[in-house]
Amino acid sequence: MSAVVFFIAAIGAIAGAIGVVALRNPFYSVLALVGHLLSLAALFLLLRAEFIAAAQVVVYAGAVMVLYLFVVSYIGGGSLQQMTPGGSNLRLIAGTAVLALFAELAIAVLGSGLQAIDSDGAPYVSGFGSPAAIGEALLTKFLFPFEVASLLLLVAAVGAVVLARRRTGGTTLDDEARDAAHYITPRSLFSGTMAEAVGAIRDPAEPPVGVTDETERSGW
Amino acid sequence: MSIAWYLVVSALIFCIGAGGVLVRRNPLVILLCLELMLNATNLALIAFARMHGNSDGQIFALIVMVVAACEVTVGLGLIVAIFRRRLPIDVDELRELQG
Repeated sequence: MSAVVFFIAAIGAIAGAIGVVALRNPFYSVLALVGHLLSLAALFLLLRAEFIAAAQVVVYAGAVMVLYLFVVSYIGGGSLQQMTPGGSNLRLIAGTAVLALFAELAIAVLGSGLQAIDSDGAPYVSGFGSPAAIGEALLTKFLFPFEVASLLLLVAAVGAVVLARRRTGGTTLDDEARDAAHYITPRSLFSGTMAEAVGAIRDPAEPPVGVTDETERSGW
Repeated sequence: MSIAWYLVVSALIFCIGAGGVLVRRNPLVILLCLELMLNATNLALIAFARMHGNSDGQIFALIVMVVAACEVTVGLGLIVAIFRRRLPIDVDELRELQG
């Protein structure tokens, strides 16, 4: 029974992975990744990692993929035109490198001489991988990584807000007539500073050339 | 199923993800392929945790998931910032920093 579930889930995971790489439209790539993550969660369940499987489905296949879908929809049709694939030389070299990598990994895994690698794993102890066991380990043995992870999440959230923010000096520009002189930078419009990101508008200078209509009106 | 099967599946998914990073040009898809690689390592970590009957590997996988979420947030923020500047969303075109 577990063998059947394993093969179904493994084939699903590999097919999802191939779909991510091979599909042309990023939207379908994201959907293929959702299928891949769900299959992977089934594999995690087979490995008795119940909490990780649940977190995988809820956080990854749920939240993170919705974030991806939002960005794909935001970037939208115009930028999703068919990109010409990289040259066939690139594909050949990449394929060779990947095959070599897989051969190396397979040799490393199967030739490692680990005794337990051919077994079904250690005998199952009740509670292994349950939320209680994970929570206890996180709050005792792994307390420091846990706290560092929370700090990392905070930094990433702040960084994403700063990155995705309009660099031209806040909301007022939306209400005024679009005038190149508002952009006030003698350098390229496509660059900005962190000071401008938080709203400090620089003194007027010569308007940038030919970028009057380049900025978008619709914001977040 | 023996642990070796899981490890081989993990290696295969990792290689597919690596190939995607090498071949694709859309940064969104490259981020997705990075996710594939991180998930493959997660599978290997959890398989080893099962092999040893020790849940430390699962904690490791959980932390990897946290780091992956951070990477996605910052990466998507960068892509949105690129898009708003009307630059091409193509890693072959975005090479100003290349020597």
